[in-house]
Amino acid sequence: MNVSIRIPTQLRNLTGGAGEVTVDGGTVGEALDALEQLHPGFAGRLFDDSGQLRRFVNVFLADEDVRFLDGLATPVSPGQTVSIVPAVAGG
Amino acid sequence: MDHVSGLRCRECSREFPAEALHVCDYCFGPLEVVYDYDEIARSISKESIADGPRSIWRYHDLLPVDDSNPVDLGAGFTPLVRADRLASELGLGELWIKDDTANPTGSFKDRVVSVALTKARQLGFKVAACASTGNLANSVAAHAAAAGMDSVVLIPHDLEEAKVIMTAVYGGTLVSVKGNYDDVNRLCAELTSEYPSWAFVNVNIRTYYAEGSKTLAFEVAEQLGWEAPDHVIVPVGSGSQLTKVAKGFAELATVGLLDPDTHVRVSGAQAKGCSPVATAFAERSDAIRPVKPQTIAKSLAIGNPADGWYALDAIRNSNGSCESVTDDEIIDGIRLLARTEGIFAETAGGVTIAVLAKLAATGAVRPDERVVAMVTGHGLKTVEALSGSVAPTATVLPTIDSFEAELDLREPARHGTDKS
Repeated sequence: MNVSIRIPTQLRNLTGGAGEVTVDGGTVGEALDALEQLHPGFAGRLFDDSGQLRRFVNVFLADEDVRFLDGLATPVSPGQTVSIVPAVAGG
Repeated sequence: MDHVSGLRCRECSREFPAEALHVCDYCFGPLEVVYDYDEIARSISKESIADGPRSIWRYHDLLPVDDSNPVDLGAGFTPLVRADRLASELGLGELWIKDDTANPTGSFKDRVVSVALTKARQLGFKVAACASTGNLANSVAAHAAAAGMDSVVLIPHDLEEAKVIMTAVYGGTLVSVKGNYDDVNRLCAELTSEYPSWAFVNVNIRTYYAEGSKTLAFEVAEQLGWEAPDHVIVPVGSGSQLTKVAKGFAELATVGLLDPDTHVRVSGAQAKGCSPVATAFAERSDAIRPVKPQTIAKSLAIGNPADGWYALDAIRNSNGSCESVTDDEIIDGIRLLARTEGIFAETAGGVTIAVLAKLAATGAVRPDERVVAMVTGHGLKTVEALSGSVAPTATVLPTIDSFEAELDLREPARHGTDKS
């Protein structure tokens, strides 16, 4: 169990209300796959039909937008935090 | 009474009640207010508006909240200034400046905050919060103070001093975050889940908040004698303002206050150091790639614009354009507007004017069009940007000899002394 995933309000019905879930995974994509295994329903919410992150879903690794890194292929180190955040905010 | 029937996801059309929700809990798409336009068309008229207060609340029928005593410092109904001298410099015809520097805290943000906090109070919130590049911070802190609400305002640590002081003075909680605006925004989006009793105006109240920007379009149309301009130039940070200005003109046509065939071209203005929307426009791409902002136009320094796609859509659907300008061009734009029209704009206003100049030069804005440029923030907020660019003409001793030794102002034409 090495990666923490922070869950936004909109998805906490999938985790029984938990705001943070710990999973295994070597990349951001693997961690999100593990989240789907643990709490089915995430994949349909996070990804579009082509398997890409929906355009209004932002994923951060250690507070950096994964689009500035290697996207879902970005490697995750043990103890790091992945955050799922609705993109529609600000301005 | 408001005319809101609910909220609807812009992406998947799922419907939601008119509560403190901003994104669809299925696809994360943004929620939009759904109005009963038939009902609005029956209750609104040019006369009812003319009888209303000289503020955004004269358009309450088209706002997402109605309250006989709104959270209001007097936002809106700012001057629409005919800009003949600037038009002449740019080779344009009928040009107007919407001077939103005249708002209570010096920017258009007073429009959106007045709407947001009125709705937040109605929903029972006691704390007003936001992520801000500065103008919103000023406005939330001020309106919350006036409404007796607590405020928690988060800003990037490197903001202009005036914007920091203009927020702190109102006595709320001001948090300087070691990061850029996109970091602050991400933090606030996460805090919204942890502090659900706070009204983050541009997060969980954003659906209502953003509607306030429509009043820019409403006022322009009313001030032009209930006619639409041909072309408006709007600065683009998140893209929300541009999207809502386009929506505002469309709504006036829908409810019968403008010709049903009204077509307003909407063009966007960005700083080159943060131009994800202008870049996508230039590349004819649908993908907005986030950027790390590097520009003096800090109020537009949003590298990951929430409404970027919708702004791009509004620009393309209206046959508008989108351009970006360098920091030097922004300063030239500020000085040009000040020199020709006597209006001192912040850096975002410099972006608008510099882009207007560029689009006029390329022919994208034409001399036969009635053009309105949105100048949305006051220059006193960003004076640092001009240090080194403008300064006293001379420094003299208090004697006529010194004055005349340092300055040569006797030529009659130069300062209009021939008018006597």
